Amino acid sequence: MSKGSNLKVLLNGIIKENPILVLLLGTCPTLGTTSSALNGLGMGLATTFVLVSSNVAISMLKNIIPDKVRIPAFVVVIAAFVTVVEMVMQAYVPALYESLGLFIPLIVVNCILLGRAEAYAAKNTVFKSFLDGLGMGVGFTLALTVLGSAREILGTGKVFSMTVFPETYGMLLFVLAPGAFIALAYLIAVFNKLRKA
Amino acid sequence: MTYILIFIGAVFVNNIVLSQFLGICPFLGVSKKIETALGMSGAVAFVMTLSTIFTSIIQKSVLEPLEIGYLQTITFILIIAALVQLVEIILKKVSPALYQALGVFLPLITTNCTILGVAIMVIQKEMSLLVSVVFAISTAVGFGLALVLFAGIREQLNLVNLPKGMKGTPVALLTAGLLAMAFMGFAGIVK
Repeated sequence: MSKGSNLKVLLNGIIKENPILVLLLGTCPTLGTTSSALNGLGMGLATTFVLVSSNVAISMLKNIIPDKVRIPAFVVVIAAFVTVVEMVMQAYVPALYESLGLFIPLIVVNCILLGRAEAYAAKNTVFKSFLDGLGMGVGFTLALTVLGSAREILGTGKVFSMTVFPETYGMLLFVLAPGAFIALAYLIAVFNKLRKA
Repeated sequence: MTYILIFIGAVFVNNIVLSQFLGICPFLGVSKKIETALGMSGAVAFVMTLSTIFTSIIQKSVLEPLEIGYLQTITFILIIAALVQLVEIILKKVSPALYQALGVFLPLITTNCTILGVAIMVIQKEMSLLVSVVFAISTAVGFGLALVLFAGIREQLNLVNLPKGMKGTPVALLTAGLLAMAFMGFAGIVK
C-alpha cells in the first residue's frame, strides 16, 4: 500500500468526487441544514461519523453478507450508527439536535452513505474504506460549512454568530428556502469553474 | 374542513420539496421530462401512503408499548425498503414500460427522504391515522406538483443558451430557487 495511493483515496472525496458539489448526492441535508454555518458544520460532522463507521463496518462484513440481501443489510448497519449519533447528539449537544431536527434521522437515507457502501466499502479493504469515508465526510462537511457560512453572512451579517456587518444589510432570502437553492447553484458553478481551471 | 386545510397546507404552503427540502434528489434527477416526473410521483404517492399507514401502526402497537422507541429509525427504514421492493415487483408485472422509464430511480425511492421524512413527521406531530393518511397523500401531491412544474420548465431550459459553468445543475437549482420563492407567496394561507 503506497502512501501516495492512500492520500489519493482521502483527497478524492474532498475535491475530485466531492459528494455534493460533483456527485450531487445528499442535496437534501445540504439545503435543509445550512441556514447557519454552525448547523452546516454540525450536520457535516454527524454525517462524517456515520459515514466512516458504516464504511468500516460494511468493509469488515462484506464477505459475510449474502449478495441478495446486501442493500437491506447495508441500510440496517447505517441505520444503527445513525441511531447512535441521534442519541449522542440528543444527550451532549441538545441545542444543535433541536435545530437540525428531522435531518438527523434522515442521515440514514442520505444517498452518500449507501452510495459509498455499495461503490467502495463493499469492494475494498477496511483501511481504504475508512479513508474513503473520511475523505467523503470531510468533503461533505467542507461544502456544508462553506454553504452555511455564505448563507449566514449574506442573510444576517454574522458567521458562527460573530457579527461581520450589521443585520439590516442582510438579505433575508438567503436564510430561507429559495436562498438555499440559489446559493448552492452558484457554489456548484464556481466549484466547477475552479475544477476545470 | 380540516382535511382541506391539511391538503392545501401540504401541497402549497409547506411544499415538501420547495420549502422543506426533502426529495431533492429525485426532484433534480427525474424531472427532465414530464412523463417520468408523473410516473415517479405516482410511485412515490403509493409508497408514501402505504408506508405512513404501516409505520404509524408499528409505532403505536410495537415500538411504544415495548418502549423501544430508539429503534424507530431502523424499523421504519426496513418497512419502507420492503414496500419499495413490493412496488417494484408489482410495477414490473403491471406496467413494464413505466418500470423501464423509471430505471434506477425506483429502488432509490427507498432512500427518498420524503418517505422516511413523512413517516417520522406524522409521529412527531401526533397525528391520528386518518389525518396521517390525508397528510401523506397531500404531501405526495405536493411532491408531484413540484416535480411536474419543474420538469415543464426544464424541458424549456434545455433549448436556451447559457454560460458553460451554469449549464445543467446550477441553472436547475437557480430555477428551483425561483420556484421556491413563488411558493413562498402561499405562506400565511393556512394557520
